[in-house]
Amino acid sequence: MPFVPHTEADVKAMLAAIGVKSIDQLFEEIPAALRAGKLTQVPEGLSEMEVARLMSTRAQQDGTYINFLGAGAYEHHIPAAVWEIVTRGEFYTAYTPYQAEASQGTLQLLYEYQTMMASLTGMDVSNASLYDGASGLAEAVLMAVRAHKKSRRVLMPKTVHPIYRKVVHAIVKNQAIELIEVAYDARGGHTSLDALKSHAGGDYAALVIPQPNFFGVLEDADELTDWAHANHMLAVALVNPTSLALLKAPGEWGAKGADIAVGEGQPLGVPLSSGGPYFGFMSCKEALVRQMPGRIIGATVDKDGKRGYTLTLQAREQHIRRSKATSNICTNQGLMVTAATIYMALVGPEGLERAAAASHANTNALVEKLTAIKGVARIFDRPVFHEAVLRFDAPAADTLRALEAQGILGGYDLADHYPELGQAVLVCATETRTAEDIQQYAFHLERVVSKRRLDPPCAVKVT
Amino acid sequence: MLIFEQSQPGRRNYSQAPLAKAEVKDIPAKLRRTKRPLLPEVSEMQAVRHYTQLSQKNFSIDTQFYPLGSCTMKYNPRACNKLAMLPGLLGRHPHAPESTGQGFLACMYELQEMLKDVTGMKACSLTPLAGAQGEFAGVAMIRAYHDSRNDTARTEILVPDAAHGTNPATAVMCGYSVREIPTNAEGDVDVEALKAAVGPQTAGLMLTNPSTLGVFERRITEIAKIVHDAGGLLYYDGANLNAILGRVKPGDMGFDVIHMNLHKTFSTPHGGGGPGAGPVAANERLAPFLPVPIVGKVQDKYLWETEKTRPQTIGRLSANMGNAGVLLRAYVYARLLGREGMHRVAEYSTLNANYIMAELAKRGFDMAFPKRRATHEFVLTFKRLKDETGVSAMDVAKRLLDKGFHAPTTYFPMLVPECHLIEPTETEAREELDRFIAAMEEIVKEVRTNPDTVKGAPHTLPVKRLDDVRAARELDLVWKPAA
Repeated sequence: MPFVPHTEADVKAMLAAIGVKSIDQLFEEIPAALRAGKLTQVPEGLSEMEVARLMSTRAQQDGTYINFLGAGAYEHHIPAAVWEIVTRGEFYTAYTPYQAEASQGTLQLLYEYQTMMASLTGMDVSNASLYDGASGLAEAVLMAVRAHKKSRRVLMPKTVHPIYRKVVHAIVKNQAIELIEVAYDARGGHTSLDALKSHAGGDYAALVIPQPNFFGVLEDADELTDWAHANHMLAVALVNPTSLALLKAPGEWGAKGADIAVGEGQPLGVPLSSGGPYFGFMSCKEALVRQMPGRIIGATVDKDGKRGYTLTLQAREQHIRRSKATSNICTNQGLMVTAATIYMALVGPEGLERAAAASHANTNALVEKLTAIKGVARIFDRPVFHEAVLRFDAPAADTLRALEAQGILGGYDLADHYPELGQAVLVCATETRTAEDIQQYAFHLERVVSKRRLDPPCAVKVT
Repeated sequence: MLIFEQSQPGRRNYSQAPLAKAEVKDIPAKLRRTKRPLLPEVSEMQAVRHYTQLSQKNFSIDTQFYPLGSCTMKYNPRACNKLAMLPGLLGRHPHAPESTGQGFLACMYELQEMLKDVTGMKACSLTPLAGAQGEFAGVAMIRAYHDSRNDTARTEILVPDAAHGTNPATAVMCGYSVREIPTNAEGDVDVEALKAAVGPQTAGLMLTNPSTLGVFERRITEIAKIVHDAGGLLYYDGANLNAILGRVKPGDMGFDVIHMNLHKTFSTPHGGGGPGAGPVAANERLAPFLPVPIVGKVQDKYLWETEKTRPQTIGRLSANMGNAGVLLRAYVYARLLGREGMHRVAEYSTLNANYIMAELAKRGFDMAFPKRRATHEFVLTFKRLKDETGVSAMDVAKRLLDKGFHAPTTYFPMLVPECHLIEPTETEAREELDRFIAAMEEIVKEVRTNPDTVKGAPHTLPVKRLDDVRAARELDLVWKPAA
């Protein structure tokens, strides 16, 4: 049997040692009526060769596309060494480091990760990660409500990723926490202080500040942070880690800095992989550390005074506090954080800055090329980071489908979440896109938008 | 040494960044970073060597027997990793259209079908990112069901006192209060206490079966009836599904909703603490409330079912569809195992656990529930040893590390003093179990002859016993360069 090493002789000897006649007898406490019949939807087992053939066929079927999609998941270069090391059995097949002395590798790595993330976000402390950016934002909202103590309402700008907003709602609604939408500025695509005016002095625990926001647009993070603090609420920063090589760290926003920083860690060495596994990062001011959810690693010493690392502040967690825990979260995203830590060590501060700057420059080049096409225009006039919203003078969904037929994923259709923007598409070109990729996109988009039918936008590949 | 302590200003990896440095002119200065983050400046080889050496300080399934109870540390087939990382799957963007992901979606659809079969449920959603999120989904679905019937008086979730800590924590996250149900001396739920606890305020019961005590809840059918008769629903915590995989279906026991830990039962890697995957499956009554997205199939095409087609859903729990890469690994595992292989999982994990239990009992170890059969795991207690010698269950656990075994789960379940929860899994060979049994026997002998060796363990690891109290009292969570 696959992965069961027992020989017939083993089974016989083991049954004799136990003092039973058959394996069935070991299940005698289970009422007979509950015994399941055969599985009907599980096929016969395959050999590794056969499964490899099946999976290769399916992977090839999904092909490779020139990708201009971002919207929360970004295609960046991942150094070969990252996943070579991550998939070493000692990282890949270990578990949560409950036995610290036998887990110093994972624990020290997580301590290094916490150091990197705290510095990148300009915060005092970091946890060892959460599930992903969206659920991480939900945890930040819960944390802000716990820390604020008085209010259970949170200001959530419409410039926050629309799916994140849904996730936060699904996770916090049962605790009677209310999310209040804040409209965005139609021209700039940002959250203006004007839009917040009516909320001044209101009963709120926190303001969420996305930087860059979902449209790629840069918010006035300093002013928004100061506004939140002036109105007695916490400032929760939602940030892209790559952008932080170029953009001001949340800890330095405004006079006092944001209180909690959270975001999607995928851009740091984690493959796109249809959406997961990724990881959420969270860092905060030292004063809030006991309200932080998730695993936290601390440095300490062993009984000989030698430096070592261990899980700490476990009194916040579910396995100790049960119904009074800060969250039900149990694991972190250990393996993804292993990748991110190795990624950051390999690219260093200069490499991260170059990746960020190149992504930004590529997106600028893309926007310039595409908006030179008649019928394609930028919607918002404010500065962006490595992502921008374009309006097409043609149905966005059809246009994207026509591009797909040419092997191009042309961006994220905003129709479902922002119908007021018309035929709007969010585009992104990271450092992995070449000038030729961008040229291809422009060539095909011009053809589609201009409705030239010489090269029909059908499932025929134009080369 | 930390990676930061190897860092030299100006050192960098030219191959790992764009060769040209793009100028950034259009971002206003007031939004720009002025101080560089504290990231290491090391060579590629330094980084590779550093993290390779760190990995060697870990115990893992690939290097040690890892009988960590309730965590199902079985062999993680390498094929699962390799095939989930094929380029067409690894590079696919989460927002890429369904038409560009039919191969991926086919795997996910088939995984849903298989999970429905093994759980005896009607529908399945793969989206929860971990066991605790699967639990959250399950209880949120129970709440959404009651709410949909305007049955808002149900404010309480029942949880056995033996349950995992995530159970009560989850109930609270779903806005419920928690009432604990005691366990009787034989390890079963106290049915009389349950009868007294249920009522119009009961939203549901969260139960793990086999329980965390390593025994099968024998009166489960009766328990389900009591809860259902009171108008409550039953949630199955799939933590211990390995014990009954292919043998008993939770749906047949009367559960309405279940979450599974694919990182346990379906052998996806634990990764030093995640990522997991915690799919939820539900019966007809709760199926409409499952989290989205779910993979659907219309004729031969796979597609995402979302809020649009599933209006009663509890919503979304992550930015994308779930931990796709983990789900792919589980799918490959299921295909390798096949139907017959899956039936064997419960049988051989149970055989291994009962074998260790029987052999240790013969050697004078105290079982928490000596009259019961072990399931895929069992609890033993060192209370007598502690009383007689002062050597604790933790000391024994640490000494096991010296002997090359990862320790069992210690001090859980909390109901049993000085306990170990031992789960060998089906993938361990008899010789390894024999070595473990011998090591346990040796340690107990050492306690009698040289207790300080055991109390002072571990002696052979990269560090000796760590000062946890100091870690919590003098918080040091990030490294700071010397001023």
